[in-house]
This record gives sequence, structure tokens and C-alpha cells, in this order.
Amino acid sequence: MIYTPSLLAVAIFFLFVSITLGLSFYLGKRAKSSAGYFAAHGQIPWFVNGVAFAGDYLSAASFLGICGMIAFHGYDGFLYSIGYLAGWVVALFVVAEPMKRLGKFTFADALNSQFDSPGIKLAVGLSTLAVSVFYLIPQMVGAGVLVQPLLGLPHWAGVVIVGAVVIVIVVTAGMVSTTWVQFLKGSLLVIFSAVLTVMILQRGFEVDPSTPEPQTVTITTDGREIVNGLPLGKGPGEATLQPVGTISRLPGGETSTGPLGPIEFFSTLQQSEVVLWTSEKTTAEDGSVTTTYSPKPVSGSQVLRPGEHPKFKGIRGDQFSEKLNFLSLMLALFCGTASLPHILIRYYTVKNEAAARKSTIVGIGCIGFFYVLTLYMGLGAMTSGAMDVTNSNMAAPLLAKSMSELLFAIISAIAFTTVLGTVSGLILASAGAVAHDLVGCFSGIKLTDHEQVRIAKITSVIVGAIAIVLGILFEKLNVSYLVGWAFSVAASANLPSLVMLLFWKGVTKQGIIAAVVVGMTSSLAWILLSADTFSAVYGLPAENALVPFSQPGIVTIPLGFATLIAVSLLTRTVNRDAPGPTKE
Amino acid sequence: MKSRNSRIGLVLFFLYLLLYGGFVLLNTFWPTTMDATPLAGVNVAIWYGFGLILAAFLLALVYGFLCGPAEDER
Repeated sequence: MIYTPSLLAVAIFFLFVSITLGLSFYLGKRAKSSAGYFAAHGQIPWFVNGVAFAGDYLSAASFLGICGMIAFHGYDGFLYSIGYLAGWVVALFVVAEPMKRLGKFTFADALNSQFDSPGIKLAVGLSTLAVSVFYLIPQMVGAGVLVQPLLGLPHWAGVVIVGAVVIVIVVTAGMVSTTWVQFLKGSLLVIFSAVLTVMILQRGFEVDPSTPEPQTVTITTDGREIVNGLPLGKGPGEATLQPVGTISRLPGGETSTGPLGPIEFFSTLQQSEVVLWTSEKTTAEDGSVTTTYSPKPVSGSQVLRPGEHPKFKGIRGDQFSEKLNFLSLMLALFCGTASLPHILIRYYTVKNEAAARKSTIVGIGCIGFFYVLTLYMGLGAMTSGAMDVTNSNMAAPLLAKSMSELLFAIISAIAFTTVLGTVSGLILASAGAVAHDLVGCFSGIKLTDHEQVRIAKITSVIVGAIAIVLGILFEKLNVSYLVGWAFSVAASANLPSLVMLLFWKGVTKQGIIAAVVVGMTSSLAWILLSADTFSAVYGLPAENALVPFSQPGIVTIPLGFATLIAVSLLTRTVNRDAPGPTKE
Repeated sequence: MKSRNSRIGLVLFFLYLLLYGGFVLLNTFWPTTMDATPLAGVNVAIWYGFGLILAAFLLALVYGFLCGPAEDER
């Protein structure tokens, strides 16, 4: 589709960015020390921190990715919502209070609290960096995707703008400004998603009487784009893709429903028929690649049940490996949240364990409410008649556009701030890992407060620059796919050590180091050898993959636990014999 | 206080794990159970999914309540 940049959207977008930057400069004055820079002096009120959790967590993948997946394939996208929220149960009931009690600035602090081991700092610092970078890529790609229709700029420009703004936010004020940006963004995202949902229910469903025709996009060898046989454009003799997403039949042969209640919305859709779109790629002899998008009427009952998306189809098949793949994904989502470094460091910004607990409860409330709304927004987008058949990530903003231009402007600006907020949190987590964990263990020198903050700021600029480059390089890679990587690696590398440290007295420093290293490398290796990566990244046939299914969690999370227990048992006597506190 | 909180946390965690595990296993091995529409014309997949989100929030509130407001003053 060709997007026309809207002046209103541009104005609101720049207003949001200005407010965010203004807030950063103002708050930057308060965060001179390392306690201020990394942990906002532990002075953030619990309610604000709770909403900021939502801001941190509801990334571009949640907002754009899940809504898009539901809009294109139905219920399956909602499985991510369920899994992402379930992870917060682990965070609240198992991790929240001990994290606050044991740590100071970084996740490594908590794991290292009993051991004072440079080895733990090194291993955990590296896993923090790995997870953060994996999580950063989809956010940056998402920024580029958003900026194209919003400002009419190319993908790379979006990535560079986000990178630059985030570097300024993180360098000026660290955790204080990041928290307030997250609070602002979390509140706006939930409020406007609710507004959008109310509008969807008010609008109800309407049958589109026209019969949709297949559409084609051909990319010629010299890079020209041909749409439905004509050059891409809006002028005479040119063509652009038609928006899609219609209802072809309503129950009782009605043509429109009028306003619907929140339950009626689903029961009506259950008995209706929706037009979804399939795509197929063919390469001609001259090397040009044509993608054909074909309409496919699907019953509402099929749209609202799990197992229709290509990635989830396996649960309705007979292959056991496909079923294991699904179990593995749901396990990684459940275990991943409580292992994400940028979420864990938010426990240090409040004053005590009770505040950590209360802020998590607020976070669960906001995030859970938002995830309920994703199903309405996704299905609303599916039937809005405004979808871009080539780009599922644009579903939520385009749904808003089908309601009003102002709402589109606001939702796009919020989505952009969503990326800004999450990226700031991730860069800060990486900066903390480098300045607080890694530099200390490589140089062996204890850094002063001021030096730590300076190194963190330098790291922020470097990580920000790396994120910009990766965001441009990975433009074509699926956003939610990459987030899945980050969750699997985080859960495999970090969760075994954290949980065992809390519940087993026999844990040794060698056990923790081994579990983090084995969990991180095994999950990474599994991902790199999987069918998904073979086809999406290397462009090789999926059958050549070296592992039986794509999601590593069900193998590598237990492997992390087993490694920790085995190595701890083997090294326990050695530590017991050593005099005084164990040092490496 | 700490160990009491972590005991309550673990009980609630296992309770939720049962609910979540049940959902995941039903989806994996008996996906057709999700298609039934037992109430108000809405299918099990949506009821169970919304139920899991609501259950997480309710259990979180129960945890907050049981851990005691007295602790805040410390």
C-alpha cells in the first residue's frame, strides 16, 4: 500500500518526542550518582513503577505484532498474550521480592549476592547483553516499520531516529527518565487501546457486499514494483494494493449489527464468515518475484480457535515434534518474563520488597487488561476493511485510521513511544551489565561511582549504535520471531540460577556460572540450527535443520537446571573445604 | 515474614501453573475441546484465555492481601 503522511500524525509524533526529551533533560539533573543513574535512587513510587512495568513490557512486539497476528490469522496471536501475561505470575510469586532483597543495580548483583564471584558477573553480564541485543533488534525493526506510513520516511530513517532519541534519553538521565517515559507510555497505551476497543464495539460488524479479487505484487530484477500488472503509484496508469479485511456473512443474513457488547462481539463473529488472505511467492524465469495474495473466506468459528496460524498448525496435526514445539514456546513465554534483564532491574527502582510486590500487582493489572484488549483490537482490525495485505505489523495503526485520523495519529505516536521506552530500558540494562558487571571483572579495578556512570553512558551510545545497525540489517525479519528468541535465551540462561538460588542451599558459584553459560549457548545454538532460522535467515530448506523442532525452551530450560544441580553437587565439597568466603 | 511470603507465593504459583498447564496441554493434545461453545455462544478458547488473564490478576491481589499491609510500614 502507499501511505500518505498525515500532517496531524507528524505534529503529534513530534509533540510526543519533545515531551519525552524534555522530561529526560529535566529529570537528568537528579541522577548524577550511580544509584540515581541505574536505580533512580530506589525512590520511584510503587504505582508509577507498576505502570512503568507495563511500559517496559508492552513492546512493539506486543502491540503491533500480536494485533497483527490476530488480524491476519485469528485467535493464535492471543496465545502469545496469554503466555506473556502468565510469565508475570512467576515474576510476582517467585522472583519479585528476592530480587529486591538480594540485588542493587543489575541482575548479576542478585545472583552474586552470596558469592562475590567475578565469574558470575562475567557470565551473567554476557547473558544480559545477549538477551538485550536480541530483544533490541525487533524493537528497532518495529520503529522503521512505523515511520514509513507515519512520516513518509524510509525504514532506515525510522531506525536512526529511534536510536538517536533513545541514546539522548538514556545518556541524560538513566533510570529516572526511562521510568517516567515508561509510565507515560504505559498509561497512554492502555488508555487509548481501551478507547479503540470501545469504538470497535460501537461500530459492530458490517458485511462488505463486494467480492474481493486476488492481488499481485511483482518485484522485477531491477527493483521496480509492479502491482496487479501496473507500476506502483497513485497516478493514471498506475496501481496500488487495495486495503483488505472484510466480513462476507453475518448470522441470520444481516448486513450490519450495530453496536455490540463485549461478549456479543465474539458470539456474533463465531457465527459469521470473514475473508482472510493467503500469500504465495513465485519466481519467474527472468528472476522477478511475484507474490499473489488470494482471498479465502473462513468461518468465524475457525478464526476464533487455536491452531490456524502456520506456526501453530502443528497442534491440530499428528506429528509429536510439532506438539513439542508448541509446548516449548508456551514454556519459554511462561519462564521468559521473569528472566528478562530490563524487567528485573525495575525491581531496584522502588524502596523495598513490599513496593516491589505492589508494583508487580499494578503491572499485572495493566498488562492483563491490555492483553484482553489485544483480542478485540486484532479482530476489529481483521474486519475493519483497512488492512495492508503485505504488512501485518501495521494492523493496529490502520485500524485506528479506519476510525479517525486523529486516533491514527495518537496510536501511531504511542506505538513509536512504545519502541522508545522499551529500547531505553534495554539499553540501560546493557549499560548496567557492562559498567557494573563486565568492566569490573576484566580490569579487576573497582570503579568509582562517577566512573561507573561515565562508562554506562559510553556503553549506551555504543549499544545504541549497534542496535541502529542491526535494526537496518534485519529489516525483513519477522518481529515476533525475534522476540521468541530473546525469551528462550533469557529463560534458559537466567531462570535456572535465579530459582535454584532461592530454593536450594546447595548452589555453588561454579554451578551458577555453568548453568548460565550452558543455558545461553545451548538455546542460542538450538535456535541457529532450527528449521525456522534455516528458512527465514539462511534461506536454506527447512528440512535440513539439525534440531527436531524450532523452540528450544523445553530442552534447554531443564538442561540449565540439570547443569546447575550437577555442577553444584560436584563442586560443593571443594567450596566447603576452602577457608573463608570463596573467591576465584 | 520473608519465608511466609515465599510460601504463599509458591502455593499461588502452583495453583496458577495448574490452570496454565491445563490450558497448554488441552491445546496441545486435545485442541478440539477449545472449539466447543459452552456459554453465551463464546468458545472455550476465549473463555479459558480470558479466565487465565483474570486469574493471574485475582491471584496477584490475593497475594498482595495475604502478604499484609503491616509490612509496608517497615
